Amino acid sequence: MDELRNRAKELLESNTVQLIIGYEQGNGNKTRAVFIEKPDHVSKLIFDSRCIQNLAVYLTKAEVKKKGKPAIVAPVPVLRSIIQLAAENQLTNSSLVVLGITPDSKLIEFKKLEEIENFLEQFKIEIEARDKEILEKLDQMTPEERWKFWIDELSPCFKCYACRAACPLCYCTRCTVDDNQPQWVPVASHQLGNLEWHIMRAMHLAGRCTDCGACADACPIAIPLNLLTKKMMEDMKGYFGGYKPSLKSGNLMSTFKPDDKETFIH
Amino acid sequence: MVKKASLEKLFAALKHQGKTMFAPLLKNGKVLYDITDNFSEIASDYIQTTQSAKAVVFPRTEKLFNYTKEKEGVTIKDFDPQSVPETVLWGVRPCDAAGFAPLSAIFNWDYKDNLFNTRLKNTTVIGFSCNKADEYCFCTSVGGNPGSAAGSDILFTKLGDTEDYLAEIITEKGQAVVAIAPELFEPANDVEKEKYLANVPVKFNREEISKKLAAFFESDLWAEQSMRCLGCGACAYVCPTCACFDIQDESHGKNGTRVRCWDSCGLSMFTLHTSGHNPREVQSQRWRQRLLHKFSYMPDRLSVYGCTGCGCCSRACPVDMNILEHLISIQEIKK
Repeated sequence: MDELRNRAKELLESNTVQLIIGYEQGNGNKTRAVFIEKPDHVSKLIFDSRCIQNLAVYLTKAEVKKKGKPAIVAPVPVLRSIIQLAAENQLTNSSLVVLGITPDSKLIEFKKLEEIENFLEQFKIEIEARDKEILEKLDQMTPEERWKFWIDELSPCFKCYACRAACPLCYCTRCTVDDNQPQWVPVASHQLGNLEWHIMRAMHLAGRCTDCGACADACPIAIPLNLLTKKMMEDMKGYFGGYKPSLKSGNLMSTFKPDDKETFIH
Repeated sequence: MVKKASLEKLFAALKHQGKTMFAPLLKNGKVLYDITDNFSEIASDYIQTTQSAKAVVFPRTEKLFNYTKEKEGVTIKDFDPQSVPETVLWGVRPCDAAGFAPLSAIFNWDYKDNLFNTRLKNTTVIGFSCNKADEYCFCTSVGGNPGSAAGSDILFTKLGDTEDYLAEIITEKGQAVVAIAPELFEPANDVEKEKYLANVPVKFNREEISKKLAAFFESDLWAEQSMRCLGCGACAYVCPTCACFDIQDESHGKNGTRVRCWDSCGLSMFTLHTSGHNPREVQSQRWRQRLLHKFSYMPDRLSVYGCTGCGCCSRACPVDMNILEHLISIQEIKK
């Protein structure tokens, strides 16, 4: 922790960065994001296993960008999001300083995005056994049973869009669901509206989702909505060789290849 | 006074009368109001529900009317008050029941909202006092208390570890409930209700905060407090008093439905004008609106505060935006 605080202090004092995005103690047993601009305030920084919010979500926010160049405290899920954001031209090497945190809580500062990409090679994205089990169960269901499962899970959704707001990759300033001329997705959170929103969200994240879990963590009523993105990830393994954060490989749903095996591309 | 076992009988009697029964049910670890016929399904051990009960009187999506375009003009099939079922809201906490007053003030400010008023008229609120509280609760700082009867038609208070519940019959609707099964109720001897209630210390003075806020419009405070806010609508949608909505047309060829959907001042599009101008262009302005509306504009205009201290917003916030913490920090500013 001292190492992290000292480095953050140095970065601010030398004006290498103007802002530290990290974690601080929140209310009760919660931790939360903190934005530090003054070297004297670095003692607020903490890091432990409770720090699970994906801070990469703040990197694309206008209010945060306005503060200047940030250094971000980045455990593995945040590192993955940083690479995906860079692959989508939302970040470059000069946009930020990355204070990586290894799974055993060691500080590892990255000079270049390529270093992060290499570092992540050792941490393959694996769907957790518990979720795999649910996905297998869903696969074995009849279409009617599966329909009932999703209607039941998605019907309490009141479209607060916390899932969208918490996702580092939902950085569009204007989301398709907010368009009303034409209106692609119903605004109402009735059955059709909820179903369309969640399917659309998952589809827009196919081939981009890093499985950080921020969407499901953010849901105030605990809808297991990341089962949809996990399912996408599993399906992709068979068709496209699976997902890993990469600066070069492009996005599954928005990459044009002349030799694509699907004929509609020609 | 009623016995614990009688509560189930009362629930069944109300159900038998054909009432739609809403009660707190446990789903995915959260306690949410839903329709149930089954008393044993009702969550018992909860401080507060995740979502407030307001959806029963102000649904998240509500049909205003249907329309059909014809050769000449439009035919409208308006909202039918007869379509609103007699409803019982079971297990409502006092801070949630306290939300019906500010909601009523909003929906009857100038225009009298027939939909809201009909739903409220058809709803019987069975409140349950709080025997315990958590660090998010602050009802006592905003005019409530863990045993407040305001907003409930009947209020039950569990008397410690006994099988007894004190039943306070507050309104005519409450009396009508008793009349369905009078044999379940027995006279109460002197009961010191307060002894059994949760301890919720007063944390701030809301009148003082209200006065202060009026002068804080241009403060840096809002940006400091809201930097981590993600700009979702979770706080507004779980809130017992938030009443903002968006009107939408869902059309299919010549037919359509006009619906009213929840909306939130925390969402960036909320104040976006057709011109492209947005008077609240950053999150700090939206956060300021949330607090000022609840603690300054509503008491000024409607003589009622827009916060009941339930803590639902703070518990639901994915990034620990805690309204109590922020209000206390405003109170502590010396000026």
